[in-house]
Formats: sequence, C-alpha cells, structure tokens
Amino acid sequence: MSIDMAQFHQVFFEESFEGLDIMESGLLNMDPGTVDDEEINSIFRAAHSIKGGSGTFGFNDISSFTHIMETLLDEMRDGRRPVTPEAVDALLRSVDVLRDMLAATSDDGEVDEERVQEQKAELEQILNGKPGEVATDVGAADAAAQPVGGVEVRPIGWHIVFRPLPHMLRTGNDPLRIIRELAELGDLKSAGDISALPALSNYEPEDSYLSWDLHLHGDVEKQAIDDIFDWVEDDCELIIMPLLPEGEPEVAMVSAAAVPAVSEPEVPVVQAAPPPVERRSKKDRRSSKDRRTNNRRQSGGSSGGGSIRVEISKIDALINMVGELVITQSMLSMLGEDFEMDRLERLNDGLAQLERHTRELQESVMQVRMLPISFTFSRFPRLVHDLSSKLGKKIELKMTGESTEVDKTVIEKIGDPLVHLVRNSLDHGIEMPEERLAAGKPETGTINLSASHKGGNIVIEIRDDGQGLNRDKIEEKAIEKGIIDEDHNLSDQQIYELIFAAGFSTADVVSDVSGRGVGMDVVRKNINELGGGIEIESDPGKGSAIIIRLPLTLAILDGQTVTVADETYIVPLVSIIESIQVKTDQINRVAGKGETFKLRDEFLPILRLHELFGIENPKASSLEEGLLVVVEGDGRHCGLFVDDLLGQQQVVIKSLEANYQRVDGISGATILGDGSVALILDIPGLLRLAAETGADSAAKLTA
Amino acid sequence: MNEPQAKIEAALENQGDEYLTFRLGEEDYGVDILRVQEIRGWEAATRIPNSPEYVKGVVNMRGSIVPIFDMRQRLGMEVRPYSKNTVVIVLRVKSDKGERNMGVVVDEVSDVLSTQKDRIRNTPEFGGGIATDYISGLADAGDKMIMLLDVDKLLNQGEQTESENEDAA
Amino acid sequence: MASILAVDDSASMRQMVSFTLKGAGFDVVEAVDGVDALSKAKGQSFNLVITDVNMPNMDGISLIKELRGLPAFKFTPLLMLTTESGNDKKQQGKMAGATGWIVKPFNPDQLLATVKKVLG
Repeated sequence: MSIDMAQFHQVFFEESFEGLDIMESGLLNMDPGTVDDEEINSIFRAAHSIKGGSGTFGFNDISSFTHIMETLLDEMRDGRRPVTPEAVDALLRSVDVLRDMLAATSDDGEVDEERVQEQKAELEQILNGKPGEVATDVGAADAAAQPVGGVEVRPIGWHIVFRPLPHMLRTGNDPLRIIRELAELGDLKSAGDISALPALSNYEPEDSYLSWDLHLHGDVEKQAIDDIFDWVEDDCELIIMPLLPEGEPEVAMVSAAAVPAVSEPEVPVVQAAPPPVERRSKKDRRSSKDRRTNNRRQSGGSSGGGSIRVEISKIDALINMVGELVITQSMLSMLGEDFEMDRLERLNDGLAQLERHTRELQESVMQVRMLPISFTFSRFPRLVHDLSSKLGKKIELKMTGESTEVDKTVIEKIGDPLVHLVRNSLDHGIEMPEERLAAGKPETGTINLSASHKGGNIVIEIRDDGQGLNRDKIEEKAIEKGIIDEDHNLSDQQIYELIFAAGFSTADVVSDVSGRGVGMDVVRKNINELGGGIEIESDPGKGSAIIIRLPLTLAILDGQTVTVADETYIVPLVSIIESIQVKTDQINRVAGKGETFKLRDEFLPILRLHELFGIENPKASSLEEGLLVVVEGDGRHCGLFVDDLLGQQQVVIKSLEANYQRVDGISGATILGDGSVALILDIPGLLRLAAETGADSAAKLTA
Repeated sequence: MNEPQAKIEAALENQGDEYLTFRLGEEDYGVDILRVQEIRGWEAATRIPNSPEYVKGVVNMRGSIVPIFDMRQRLGMEVRPYSKNTVVIVLRVKSDKGERNMGVVVDEVSDVLSTQKDRIRNTPEFGGGIATDYISGLADAGDKMIMLLDVDKLLNQGEQTESENEDAA
Repeated sequence: MASILAVDDSASMRQMVSFTLKGAGFDVVEAVDGVDALSKAKGQSFNLVITDVNMPNMDGISLIKELRGLPAFKFTPLLMLTTESGNDKKQQGKMAGATGWIVKPFNPDQLLATVKKVLG
C-alpha cells in the first residue's frame, strides 16, 4: 500500500504553526519559579505533536530539534528542572527557530542551518551542559537486548512455553493471535495445556487458563519472537529456549514473568526510518517558478505517459467545488419536491449557482491537464546548437514564456511540428554569416521561440531575423507543381501561404536538416487537428515568423450556437469578433467576386453559410434578414451569414473522424442538451472551402 | 443486442458463417453478423454539409458520433421514404485507419442466416448498374438468394466518393 | 468491515491514520481527544481503538482506563500511539489496560500491519 504522505503536509504545517503560537503565548505567560501545570502541559503537548508529526512525515531536522525542546519541557513539567528566565528565553528563541524551519520546509525555502545549530547548542547547554548528546536519540532505538549467555551454536528453532496470566484477555490481547504470528515465522508445532483449568464452580469465563508448549522450527531471530510478545510480557509467563542441533543442551534464556526486573528491552513493535526528506543546498536554489517546472518535469514523465502528477491544491479545489455542487444539487432537488411558482426566483438562483459551480469545476478539471510548454521547448537549445554548427551558421536561440501552461495533449503533439518549423528557420531563414554581414545584419542570426496566452488562445511564435520567404521562388514552384495557374491573381501573403499546400517544398536541395519527411502541409494539418491555426508573416530581407494559435483546452470549447434553416452549428467563441446586422447600404457587390460589407474602415467578404453548406430554405435569404457573425481565421476576417444566433454554451468536442472522416469547414461535433448532434465550424477551414469552391471569393478579397 | 450476441456464440460453435439479413425492396442482403454492433430504429441525423447523398448525417451513439448511410442510395437504388420498420444496423468497419462504427439504413431486418462456406457462390457478372464490387458472394437460402455484402469495401468507399459530390455545395 | 476509533488531537496525524485505514477498507471514526472519543465510544462499538497519548481534556492513558471499564470494551484491542521510547508511558498504558502500542514515527504500512495483526 503506498500512501502519498505529502497530502497531509499542509495540515501538519498549519497545525504546527498553531502549536507554535500556543507555545509562544504560553511561554510568555509563564512565571519563572512557579509551574502552572495546565500551561506547561499545553506547551509540552504542542511540542510533542510537532515532534511526532515531523517524525512521521519525514522532517527529521524539525523532529530532532523539537525533541530537545520537548525534553526540556518535560523536565520542567515534572518539576525536575526549575523554570528559569534563561530557560524560558531559550525556549522562546527556539520557537522562533522552529517557526523558520517549518516555514522553510513548507515553502521549499532554505533553512538557516547555522542558527538551528546554535539554538540546539543553547538548549543542550541548558539541558545537560553537554551539547550533542540528546539530539542523537530520536528514532534511533537502543540496540535490542542481546541474548543472555554465550551460545555460539546457531539454534535451529525455539522452544517456547507460553502461559497467559488469567487477566490477559482483558488487555485485548488474544493468545491465539500471538500463536498465529509465531506460526508466520516458521514451522510451529503447538501443544495446548489445559491442566490449569479449574473446576467449573471456580471457573471465571473471562479469565484465560490455557497455556501452550510451542516448538518453532526455522532460522528465526529471537528478536522476532520478543517482538511478538512485547505487548504481553507482563501478562504471561514466558520461557523462550533455543532448540539446538542435536547434542547441545537447551538453555533457558529469558523468562519475562520470572525475571520481571530484567532490563526492559527496547522493543519497538513498529519502527522504521522515516522517509528521507529532500534537502536543498544553496546551489539548488532557484526561483519558485523554475522549481515548479522542474518538479513537474521530474514527475510528469518525459514520454507523455498515461499519468499526470497534480498539485494537491488543484485537487483540493476540485473537492471543494464538488462539495459546493452537491449542496446546490440537494438544494435544487428539495426545491423541486414541492415546487410552487412563488419560488421561481430561488430556482433561478439555484440554477445560476449550479451553472457557476459546473463551470468552475470544469475549469479546475482542465487545469489538471495543463503543463508548462517548457516540456517541449527544452529540446530546442540543443537542436539549434547542433544544427547551426552543422550548417556553418551562427544562430542564437531566445526563448520566452516557457512557463506558459498548455494542455497535455498539445505538449505531446506540438513537438514534431515545432521541430520542423525551427529547422526551417535554421535552414532556410537564417543566412550564412557572410551573407548576413554583406546585408548589413549582425553576423549572428536570432530565432525567437515564444509562448504566451492571448485571449482564449495559446500563441506560439517562431520568429527569425533571416532573409524572409522568397516570394518568387514559391510562386515559380507552385506554378511548376500545378498548384496555381500562371495567370493567378494572388497577393504576396497568399503566395506565402502556398508553402502549406500539399506536396510543396521549396528547398532546392533536399538537405538532411529540413526538407525531408514532413512538409508544411503536415505541420498545418497537425495544428488544425489540435483545433488551432497557423499563420505566416514575412518581411523580405528582415525575417519571417510562424504564428501558431492553439485553443487553451482541447476537450471543451466555448461556443456560439447559430442556426441556418433547421440546422444548428457551433461557432467557436474565440473566432468571433462581433455579430452585426447589416444594412443594404453597407453591402457592396463586386462583380464576379461576391459580396463585401464595410465594417468601420475595412471591407470584409461575406460568406453565406447556407450556400457554403448547401442548406436549403434558409429563413434569411437577404442579408438584412439574418445576422453577420464577424469571424477571424488564420488572420483573415469575414462575415459569416446565418439566420440567427442562439445561446452561448460550452461544448464537449467529439471527433468526427473517429467513425467517419474529416469534413471541410467542420472541426468536430458535439452533443447538445437534447442528445442531438451539432457540428462545430472550423473558421479557417470555411475560408479555405469558400476559396476552393468558388462559392465566394473570400480568399481573393481578403488579400 | 442479446439476441445477436447469442447468435454470434452459436455461430462460433458451429464453425459456420452467420449473416444478418435485411431487405431492400424485393432484394435480400446479408452482412457478417460478427460485424453487427447494434440494431436501432431510425432517428433523424444531423446532416453533414457537402457530403454524398447517401450520407444521411451523424447521430449520437452513447457519446460517440456515428455516421449513418442510406443503403438504398449507397447501392444506387431508388429512394423510399422511411417508415416505422426502417432500421439502422450499426456495423464495425475495418480499414487501414483502424475500426470505425457506421450505421446503415435498411428497409427492414429479416433474419439470421446460417450457412456453410461451401454453400456461398461467387458473384456472377450482372449487367448494368448493379454494384457488384460490394458483394462478396451469394448465399442460397432455399427459396431465395441472399447477396452477402462486403462491409469494408462498401463503407470505406465513402472516403473516395466524397470528391464526386462537390456539386452539393 | 471492522470499525476503528482513531483518537488524536493532531489533525495531520489523525488524517494520516484515518486515511490509511479507510484506504484498507476499515470504517474509521475520528475523535479529537479523550473526551470526544469516550462519548463516541459510548454511542457505538468499535473493533479497535487507536489513541494518541498526549492530548488536551483527556489524555490517552485516561481514555484507555475509561474504555476498559466499559462492558463493550472489556476485550477490545486498545492501542496507543506514543513517541515515548522509554517504558514510562507503555507501563502506564498497560496498567490502564492498553493492548499494545505503536511507536511514532511510523509509516502507513507499519500502521496497517499492526492493525491487521490485532484484528486478525
């Protein structure tokens, strides 16, 4: 059975700090020379509890320090030692030291060892004038009594005569339990002796009259037998004799009842070294954020295995919220039992509460899955170092936002795409040192890898100060590969985005740095699968950037429900900028290029969802009748035309691909409150779909 | 679920093949009973945009999203409105990508056919529009012939036919 | 399943004992001191009592003496949790009717081993 003792640490620290307060105020109240029993008892108890707890939870330094205080207090309590102002002052100073020790242990801080040792020495000085003696005996039990008599031949077993005294049952000790334990040590032969059984008239049913003559064969230490009889040595007559190989005489070794005054063996029934406590030296000291990251790294596993280590505070928050939820639920069901209209307000309050608690619970559960992106980033310094020397380039990697927390699945899935992108920057982005110097740039190129939270998204950027994308080369290649026509009408930005097209690779020579294996199309697909999008920025001669946006969590999405005819779709809230009703004079028809509308100073294309999805009989066929949801995808904006907006809700994302296949413009599905399925719109996908099908000219217009 | 389950066990015992048979108009078809996950009544599905006509949409099957195909349309037969006998057979379909569950809409489920391997004949060449690709063989069930469907071929085909139907947009 | 009364004024120790025993399938009732324990013991019978020694209001030794005097606890195993490595407390406990003791510090495995031993 393994129990994580760490779960009790917080409570231990809390009660220990309370105990210190009790000790402090008690000590301050103490009149030197007189002993107030209750006062000193409570001080003693507090010290005693701290010692016991710290020993149990593995804080040995605290335990051994408190032990000295306890010893001193114990002697004062018993009147063996006068309560002097010096002793009280020393104890007060010890309370301060102990408080620091506890605080340092609790916060993973540093203990001032020197001060602890000084204080220990002072206490020991008061105690016996011989520092160092008392502190050593915590947890270290005296060596167990050695067998009496110099038997050198190793016994082959033990002959035990066990005669419980009449009152033994009334100590809660069962002779049969003891015999059972003996039998676990070796081969036990027992013979019961009922000769002591009195006549019925004298028989006391609660007394024990039986005795046993036991032969235990096996290589058994006497200590093990002593341990078993430890609790009852005063409640029975006991003779333990070694069984010697033939020819050796039996020698009686111990008879507890016969020799009750023999030095009591120090027999801890249950005793073991407490678990080692991690200690930190000065060298180890880092900011708490780093350490947290580091701890997680150690515990979270390197391979993205099936388990996740969660901070207790996160679990506690969950438990609290479940508790709240249960209370709200029972309140609601009570309300529901005999509901009357005049309680509607309370019902609404209850439902609002339920909604709040559910949302909080959901957020907390999601929190459990979050890990810092440093898990992924940590491989890049080495990668950049190795590759830049291979390529003969000078490159500095700067990373920011490593502590940004992302969903565990993102950590697992984003690694390979990022490696690909960073390699691309190294290989194609950053120029050779002489080229850079010739272009008036610093010899050393820079790649910035950053992660941050922006709105409901995680944004990861790979930005370099290299040569930027080569527009002409991409264009040439795309025409060559038949991806675009020669007489295309694409903007520079659209040309850049062609690198994401399937089967596109610009490397003239396939180097072993990038250019092999996955292409940018696969990178984009991977990121889309995570529910995210990828954008590209390029400034010729100055550098380029890849910007990846990912949702905070992958399992749940804040959605806006929209309807077209009798169909319901979910638009991710993060994609929505605003929803507007347009007037005719805001709409422009561009011949052959569809419709646009003017929002502030921008002309945005209109995507009619019913046209795009082939939905028949939309309620709103003219733009004034419905609503335009202004959405953003892959850095482009457009107005999505729908019949109506319903509520906003959080939806659990289900895969369409698990049983079917990818559908253009759809990122997944969800199950609504009534059990029916609604599809979730993929806004970047919709924009691409519009461009491809020519149902609208969004792509052309957004250039 | 229990009845097919019992049949499955019986099938394994007899070392024979068992097929769940269903009707489409006047024709009888059979699918390997080991592939049958569930038989359920028809209920409205959520339409998937820009998908082939025979894809009726997706439904919620105990929390997972399962596509539903119309068997008549898939086999190129005339469309008939659904009735209270209309059922959906949820099948386990194997492909390179692993196993998927898909539902097919049929007119009605008829029976479970037990047959030996040697009683299944190869598909003869039909003329014209009959999609023999999906038929793995013909089973003689006494008074009638049952066309045994190759579930994997029939339903994985959906992937490739998608592009044929872009006119839906 | 056997029911156990766990008595300790220290919340962390009480939680540890209780959590460990519950994890092993025992029913556990917690009490914060001797007085609390005694009142709980009068309302319900237990298969085992595990008590700390140093507690406010009523200490563990007094609790054991009181419990042993109750008919329902005449034969019940009563274990003390003690940090005293000397014999003083053990002897006092034995005199009061304690079955045995568990020496602090102990870990959950040791606690369980002892409890299972006593409960058979």
